[in-house]
Amino acid sequence: MRIGLDIGSTTIKSVVIDKLGKIVYSSYERHFSQITSKTVEMLTAIKNKFANETFSLVISGSAGMGMAESCDIEFVQEVYAEKVAAEKNIPDSDVIIELGGEDAKIIFLGQAMEARMNGTCAGGTGAFIDQMATLLNVKTEEMNDLAAQYEKTYTIASRCGVFAKSDIQPLLNQGAKKSDIAISIFYAVVNQTIGGLAQGRPVEGNVVYLGGPLTFMPVLRECFDKTIGTKGTCPENSLYYVALGAAYCAKKEIDLDSIIEKLSKYVSISEWAKLPPLFNNEEEYNEFKARHAKADVKYGDLKSYNKNTFIGIDAGSTTIKTVVMGEDGEILHSVYMSNSGNPVPIILQFMKSLYEMKPDIKIKSSCVTGYGEDIIKNAFHVDHGLVETVAHFTAAEYFMPDVEFIIDIGGQDMKCFKIKNGVIDNIYLNEACSSGCGSFLQTFANTLGYGVEEFSKMGLYAKNAVDLGSRCTVFMNSSVKQAQKDGATTGDISAGLSTSIVKNAIYKVIRPSSKEELGRKIVVQGGTFLNDAVLRAFEKEMGVNVVRPVIAGLMGAYGCALYARKYAGEKSFILTSDELKNFSHSVKSVNCGLCSNNCRLTVNTFGDGSRYIGGNRCERPVTKNASVGDLNIYRFKQDALRSLKPVKGKRGKIGIPLGLNMYEMAFFWHKFFTELGFEVVFSPLSDRSIFIKGQATIPSDTVCFPAKLLHGHVAYLMEQEDIHYIFYPCMSFNFDEHLGDNNYNCPVVAYYPEIIAANMKMKNGVTFINDYVGVHRKKDFPKKLYEILSKYFNGISIKEIKSATEAAFESREKYMSSMRAEAKRIVKSARKQGKLIIVLAGRPYHADPEINHGIDTLLESLGMAVISEDSLSGLVEKFHVNILNQWTYHARLYAAAKFISDKPDMQMVQLVSFGCGLDAITTDEVRSIIEKSGKIYTQIKIDEITNLGTVKVRLRSLLAALKQQEGNI
Amino acid sequence: MSELKRDKNGRILFTKEMKKEYTILIPDMLPIHFNIMKNVFTHAGYKIELLDNDGPKVKQLGLKYMHNDICYPALLIAGQFLDALESGKYDVNKTALMIMQTGGGCRASNYIHLLRKALIKAGYDNVPIISFNLSGLEKNSGFKLTLPIVRRLLAGVIYGDLIMLLSNQTRPYEIKKGDSDRLIKKWTKELSNQFIASKGYSFAQMKNNFEKVIQSFSAIPLKKEIKTKVGVVGEIYVKYARFANNSLEKFLADENCEVMVPGLLGFLMFKVDARVQDFLIYGGSRLKYTAAKTLLGYLEKIESAFMEAIDKSRFTQLSSYKDTKPLVKGLIGLGNRMGEGWFLPAEMIELVKHGYDNIVCTQPFGCLPTHICGKGMVHKIKAMYPSANIVPVDYDTGATKVNQENRIKLMLSVAREKLPV
Repeated sequence: MRIGLDIGSTTIKSVVIDKLGKIVYSSYERHFSQITSKTVEMLTAIKNKFANETFSLVISGSAGMGMAESCDIEFVQEVYAEKVAAEKNIPDSDVIIELGGEDAKIIFLGQAMEARMNGTCAGGTGAFIDQMATLLNVKTEEMNDLAAQYEKTYTIASRCGVFAKSDIQPLLNQGAKKSDIAISIFYAVVNQTIGGLAQGRPVEGNVVYLGGPLTFMPVLRECFDKTIGTKGTCPENSLYYVALGAAYCAKKEIDLDSIIEKLSKYVSISEWAKLPPLFNNEEEYNEFKARHAKADVKYGDLKSYNKNTFIGIDAGSTTIKTVVMGEDGEILHSVYMSNSGNPVPIILQFMKSLYEMKPDIKIKSSCVTGYGEDIIKNAFHVDHGLVETVAHFTAAEYFMPDVEFIIDIGGQDMKCFKIKNGVIDNIYLNEACSSGCGSFLQTFANTLGYGVEEFSKMGLYAKNAVDLGSRCTVFMNSSVKQAQKDGATTGDISAGLSTSIVKNAIYKVIRPSSKEELGRKIVVQGGTFLNDAVLRAFEKEMGVNVVRPVIAGLMGAYGCALYARKYAGEKSFILTSDELKNFSHSVKSVNCGLCSNNCRLTVNTFGDGSRYIGGNRCERPVTKNASVGDLNIYRFKQDALRSLKPVKGKRGKIGIPLGLNMYEMAFFWHKFFTELGFEVVFSPLSDRSIFIKGQATIPSDTVCFPAKLLHGHVAYLMEQEDIHYIFYPCMSFNFDEHLGDNNYNCPVVAYYPEIIAANMKMKNGVTFINDYVGVHRKKDFPKKLYEILSKYFNGISIKEIKSATEAAFESREKYMSSMRAEAKRIVKSARKQGKLIIVLAGRPYHADPEINHGIDTLLESLGMAVISEDSLSGLVEKFHVNILNQWTYHARLYAAAKFISDKPDMQMVQLVSFGCGLDAITTDEVRSIIEKSGKIYTQIKIDEITNLGTVKVRLRSLLAALKQQEGNI
Repeated sequence: MSELKRDKNGRILFTKEMKKEYTILIPDMLPIHFNIMKNVFTHAGYKIELLDNDGPKVKQLGLKYMHNDICYPALLIAGQFLDALESGKYDVNKTALMIMQTGGGCRASNYIHLLRKALIKAGYDNVPIISFNLSGLEKNSGFKLTLPIVRRLLAGVIYGDLIMLLSNQTRPYEIKKGDSDRLIKKWTKELSNQFIASKGYSFAQMKNNFEKVIQSFSAIPLKKEIKTKVGVVGEIYVKYARFANNSLEKFLADENCEVMVPGLLGFLMFKVDARVQDFLIYGGSRLKYTAAKTLLGYLEKIESAFMEAIDKSRFTQLSSYKDTKPLVKGLIGLGNRMGEGWFLPAEMIELVKHGYDNIVCTQPFGCLPTHICGKGMVHKIKAMYPSANIVPVDYDTGATKVNQENRIKLMLSVAREKLPV
């Protein structure tokens, strides 16, 4: 008998085959991180079933590596095992796609065998689907049936679970159908797998689907089939391929009894980084509990209360909180409910039961905050809408009037703000990459088979808490995996996770230069802090005792109630008991079609005929007005790019992809080649379809999104007729604008053409020109270009090139100065209208609507004028910065930051693309320049992600803080 | 006690007085090379200490005081320095730090500035940081790279390369465990002594030493065994430093592999050549071009002596720097100069051509240049050389050893299929 064991991150699978290679036994069980004991259990079962047989045994699977090594059991790598099994059972298969608990793999079989596994940054796996199911409040098994009923699909970021989550949440809040979201999640998984793993190698031929998700979810297989354009098969025993392959590899006879004995004695060497226990003993814990019990509010009895009441609603991402407050701030009634996706029925239920409990309630005023603010406000005619940050500050101030720092960790988001002189002085929100918040703890507890409360209690006294560092949650999954392998207990992991949430908040989101900088008077709130382990970890990390109001989970709602009291009108407009009787709510999703963004809108219609539209990036579908303002330089930039039309020429067409530096270089090359008699065809400004066209050829899944988009642009050009040349040159250096110590491009901008050349197959008859050119040396430029172009074209004279060069330099200069003139005009006009001017700073490519996600338009719709960093940088002389200032584009950022220092009506918002390594340097420097002048620094990290919800919160908070600052002066 | 002096922007300077009183900490990257080089500095009157502190605390300090999205090497080096300063082993008022500053278009040129910010945050704003560079960035009166020092350092690099190459080919096969390491120790001492006596770095003496070193390694008794041959390439720091790559070489040795790690000289030549290439591609100052070209010529001369010596032995070596250039024709341009640039794929191809077709390409997570010249080239290299079996591995504080080793194990499984049974 040959035994194969596949020890994965969440399950163990075993297979026993006989001499003929036939499967005589198999089992599949979750191990809940009790790997060794489960293995012993399974092997014992096998031994008992096949008494008197001889055995051979091979272990496979990442979680089994350490155990196999220490117990001297043969080990094969799991992909290799899978390949062995596939070659034996499905000899004509070409590609295996396997999704597991936390792994995703594509294996290309045959001659040049290649296997790709998800690397350090990837979601799109079984655990991801589990997480998403939790978010939708359905069982994982139901996902398939849900998806089968879909009508429409939405775009969900396929980068990693955290991103996808922040795409899905707003969809849920806008009322999108679960079935549509389920199918969209499946497509996100498909895109993640293909985009992240195929890396330029086409998935074709006979495709085999393996692993849990693909076995149990036929609709997911269909999604793969449709995307790849094939009909794959999911073989019998598709769950067991790794174990089966391991069994095939088992050749050496072993003594099963002694192995079982060895395993039973095996205690893995614990070698993970450890943290001191959260509490050393019960006494300490009790003292801690007593201290925090003091921060409480007054309570009253709703039924007997006859004065005015105020309703506060916090429609958060995973929970909904409501408070009914009396005139003296006493809580008369409060509800804390989990948000199963759509907040409308939950609030409906709340209101109905409130009227039932207290038919004669006098509601004086009401206020709502949170992700669901807009829809709830519209549905129930709530009097006020409040940005979350202000809601929380209002509540915190109530508990600690001289509070210096507030940190709120909710299910999905983390908000921190510093208070200076009674106004919000600085806001830190978690960016899409580090939202390792409460919901993560919950999902994790669930995968280990516990409720979140029970799970975190287990960590209170853990002696060997696992130090998981302060990184994104996807990384933590594998750190936990490693610790489990080394034998960490659930308590150790629990304490570690609680601590890592705290560390994430402090070191990743807030990043203070010293702990003292945050102040010593701290209020913590948000549901996650109701968790004693997290709270304790925070106090320990900060080295200070903090205030956690007993109603930490209700603070948003309580703040709203307080706000409602402050700004109460005569009577609240909130729907009355009678009005609720006719309440109805229906959702339709449509494409907007009013502009090229073509947003997917969800239209909510309510019983009284009022409507709420979600998913829009601008006000156009709501007001039906083309609100095209004229105070937005980004629109100017886009229009300028669109105005670069092809001019028919004697030398035929040349295609240029509009990506990275091309948003600025376009004006140069368009002129240059037009002068030389080429018809210059640019790819258009990006949209989703452009990205999809190229995603299969992206070799590095962690490169920035603007770079990834280039693949699509080149693919677009190849689709055009008569384009025989695509020009996209490498440029180590950029123009010297005399703002820095050197004038480099970043490595990605400089050399991305090499990636295109090495990873995209050119269509027959298309030549890709990606030579190195140097615009920083105008003098040598014509000669060098002559050498380059002569390689591809006949009869272009140096004289022609010389005059084209002159014209090209001039054309770019002309563009730059017209752009700067436009900025001047915007500033002047904004000042006349008394509008706030925002310098939306980034790089030239942030002009692309698919890259900036319409943040410029959003700012405009919030009533601000928008200019850019490059429209100001020319007005600044070179000055000293505390880093090596050697990149042309980045020097502009520092210059712009410096420029606005003494302009009271200008603020800066820095756009940072995820994965931009250089921004790790620029952001800190820009922040320090800006904060030196007492301004608020705002950074927005963007990626493939398409939801503007968080961005909006951030910008509204900035506005609220500015308003408050103004009010205090 | 030396007086603290600052330049006009507040940078704390390393003064002449400090040279006598201060201990300079340098993070180790390549033990063989750096130990020889350390002795060069010691001889020149500096107190040098190589840092090989490791462990979770180093990473934590790095994460705490550096921007978390900065490259892993920067984070680790900062962590090492801070850990050392906090250890109590050194008088923080008499300690300076030294790191290399390359000055290219990659983020690495900014490490020193980020390190300075980190030190200020951690409360060590009086600790001077010395930039080790040949581009004339940041001057300090107490630290000068004089010609005698530079010549010795250069010789140190070359000896280091030689000893690394030889020991990598003997250690896995030695009959008596420890033979190779004993020789490494012996030669480190012997060569350092030669340097002190102002010997060992002239062209003729180097030639002489090369032969002796090779002879001594040739004399190690070896067993006949077939091992999986694995090449290690990548970003310079994670490729070499065991702290950064989770002791990759040891892991490979335990997996029964023979490892080839290309030396430092090639990288150095690539960096010098970048200036030559810039001139050829974009035009520019002929004077700078000639200077770079002369230096490159000198390095090439030493390289060829080195290669000749090995050619006469049974050891395998890779191509000369010059011969790697044609390898990347049609793959990547010679203008690709940031980070490891075109030289990284050239090294991969070289390894494949010399029988090391199983390759680990080490990259820090999110490293910008290696997006292009590392991971980005693998696809095409495999198309050009179907036998190439390359696994790119990301290194980071968040990336776990178990995942990395799992990926490498897969590469090794494929490699072993090809081994004669």
